[in-house]
Amino acid sequence: MYRYDSLDQTFVEERVAQFREQVARRLSGELSEDEFKPLRLTNGLYLQLHAYMLRVAIPYGTLSSTQLRMLAAISRRYDRGYGHFTTRQNIQFNWIKLEDAPDALADLARVQMHALQTSGNCIRNVTADQWAGVAADEIEDPRIYAELIRQWSSLHPEFSFLPRKFKIAVTGSPNDRAAVRVHDIGLRMHRKKNGEVGFEVIVGGGLGRTPMIGKTICDFLPKRDLLSYLEAILRTYNLAGRRDNLYKSRIKILVHDIGAQEMARRVEAEWSEIRHSALELQPGTVEAIAAHFATPRYDASAEAVHAVERRRFTDPEFARWLTSNLAAHRHPAYAIVNLSLKPSGAPPGDASAAQMEAVADLAERFSFGEIRVTHEQNLVLPHVARRDLCEVYDELRRIGFATPNLGKIGDIIACPGLDYCSLANARSIPIAQRISTRFADIARQHEIGDLKIKISGCINACGHHHVGHIGILGVDKGGEEFYQITVGGSADENAALGTIIGPAVAADKVVETVEKLVNTYLALRREGERFIDTWRRLGSSAFKEGLREAA
Amino acid sequence: MKLLKDGRLTADIWQRLADDAPIPATGAIIVPLARLEAEAPDLLRRRGPVGLVLRNSETVEAVVPHLHSLSLIVLEFPKFTDGRAYSQARLLRERHRYVGELRASGEVLPDQFLFMQRCGFDAVETCCVAAEEAWRAAHRRFSVFYQPAGDGRQTIAAFRSQSARLGLDQ
Repeated sequence: MYRYDSLDQTFVEERVAQFREQVARRLSGELSEDEFKPLRLTNGLYLQLHAYMLRVAIPYGTLSSTQLRMLAAISRRYDRGYGHFTTRQNIQFNWIKLEDAPDALADLARVQMHALQTSGNCIRNVTADQWAGVAADEIEDPRIYAELIRQWSSLHPEFSFLPRKFKIAVTGSPNDRAAVRVHDIGLRMHRKKNGEVGFEVIVGGGLGRTPMIGKTICDFLPKRDLLSYLEAILRTYNLAGRRDNLYKSRIKILVHDIGAQEMARRVEAEWSEIRHSALELQPGTVEAIAAHFATPRYDASAEAVHAVERRRFTDPEFARWLTSNLAAHRHPAYAIVNLSLKPSGAPPGDASAAQMEAVADLAERFSFGEIRVTHEQNLVLPHVARRDLCEVYDELRRIGFATPNLGKIGDIIACPGLDYCSLANARSIPIAQRISTRFADIARQHEIGDLKIKISGCINACGHHHVGHIGILGVDKGGEEFYQITVGGSADENAALGTIIGPAVAADKVVETVEKLVNTYLALRREGERFIDTWRRLGSSAFKEGLREAA
Repeated sequence: MKLLKDGRLTADIWQRLADDAPIPATGAIIVPLARLEAEAPDLLRRRGPVGLVLRNSETVEAVVPHLHSLSLIVLEFPKFTDGRAYSQARLLRERHRYVGELRASGEVLPDQFLFMQRCGFDAVETCCVAAEEAWRAAHRRFSVFYQPAGDGRQTIAAFRSQSARLGLDQ
């Protein structure tokens, strides 16, 4: 894991001191709320429906057990004893008092964390594949480059007042788990035939009001040129992006308006001027950061898995958990263990202080002190020896994070919605709770197979509904909460936007509609087909018919 | 509105010329790009320095042919959230080696002074009460910086490679 050196540490501490002084000026009345707003926003402090919300960055989703323990402590000290993991690999605390915010940030700085750029029209917390460094299919660890981007983008003097927010995601695997095609910039590592590794650069993807799949503007960017190329994209966007209309100011609109080819040309022209500047990455710089992400010392003798295999045949719940919640680790004696923060009927992504502390304990005992946070609002223990799986499972069950539903219908993404958010039109969490309650039967979830449901409470699409296999969008119809359903979206390497499948339905009809879609799939699927495969084969008419028939 | 130049409150000797106003024979005047392009010979023939106010929507490249004759360039912040002038400033300073006064005008907040300093502004028009102190505070607020920019401050990456060469630990 990356550890701050004294320079990184000085930087975050100076930032906390600055914010403490700004809060004092607000509390004394020297700053009006209008003047204070941009200052608090760049420190991750939002004013929500009921209170201030503090959004803490978890860069590229990697956490140490010490950091997770501190998040638990912060939730106890300044909040109501829980936190909410978001779709951007951040954690949010929903009940923060303004006067406590500087202390909370100081506590974060003590464990090398911050809330920088989790809001505002700047380069946001950089996200990456949650299985980075351990996935069996990985070309190279994307976190090395995500960390370089984190540093480069921290209080960037030129790019702190962009036309709109700006999100960068990095994946090091051909199987895209970082949704790089729906980010302002997506970086996908790939290896050329001659063995050289670089990035495919994708720009102008995004969700929100105008969802778009990003376009590739560079097929292969040498790694040493990463920061200069990013700076060229950002400068092009900063100067040419629209500022007259909030809804047309993301980079996707610029790319759409001028075309990917023209965007590539402009970026290339700018890049040629700065390519060989101080931004060019020196081998020593990259190596020094890469050393932080060196693989831990795995125990090659960790393969004694008889107990695990025996239990697989006697404990069906455990067997399902092995099937759905584990992923292939690059070391054969180890597994990636995915923790489901989606027990049926609970708000997706919430964790209590006690749960966070228990996960920190588990990470220390079984995962080299490391935890990952996923954009699907789950947690991961990235290096668990296969022989420890029974013990880890039992402990996860005890704390409620062992629901064997990863990637299944119960593993729902949902934004905070109208329960917390001042932008929302409709509630998201109760809809997620109702669906997961209806499909609480785990055997049935496994029978249905891989199915991603994503729920947003408004058009801003924080719940990524456009790219859900089934997407649910809260809309306001004459003061009532309605939900528009889309089908066929996908955020992976075959990224696609969902298609609207009929008129919006009332809140009490959502579960029924989802169930009809599922039943249609079950009736029509071929051997081995996932929901999304059947949809792709048959298209919307078959599913629309399913909705009508069952009615 | 006060003028802060190199961190000190300074009398503003510059006069902004209205679009249709005749060019005065002497004195320091600020003209928009269109007038600079159309009336460059007249402007340069007179006695007194010429400054330019560049709009956010105008490109720095358009200014380049005139750079040698300009002693002041004013960049605009129509709203503090409009950050185009930061890019314009860096291009002027770092790419085109402009060395005259670079002034921020418009909605300029003291909490943005540091970004402005880093991008190469040496002057701001501000209504901040304790402007000099705010400028100094911005200068002192951070001692470490991640990005190479026009202010020449040493970056964290440069410190690191220096220490690595010397075999020091941070």
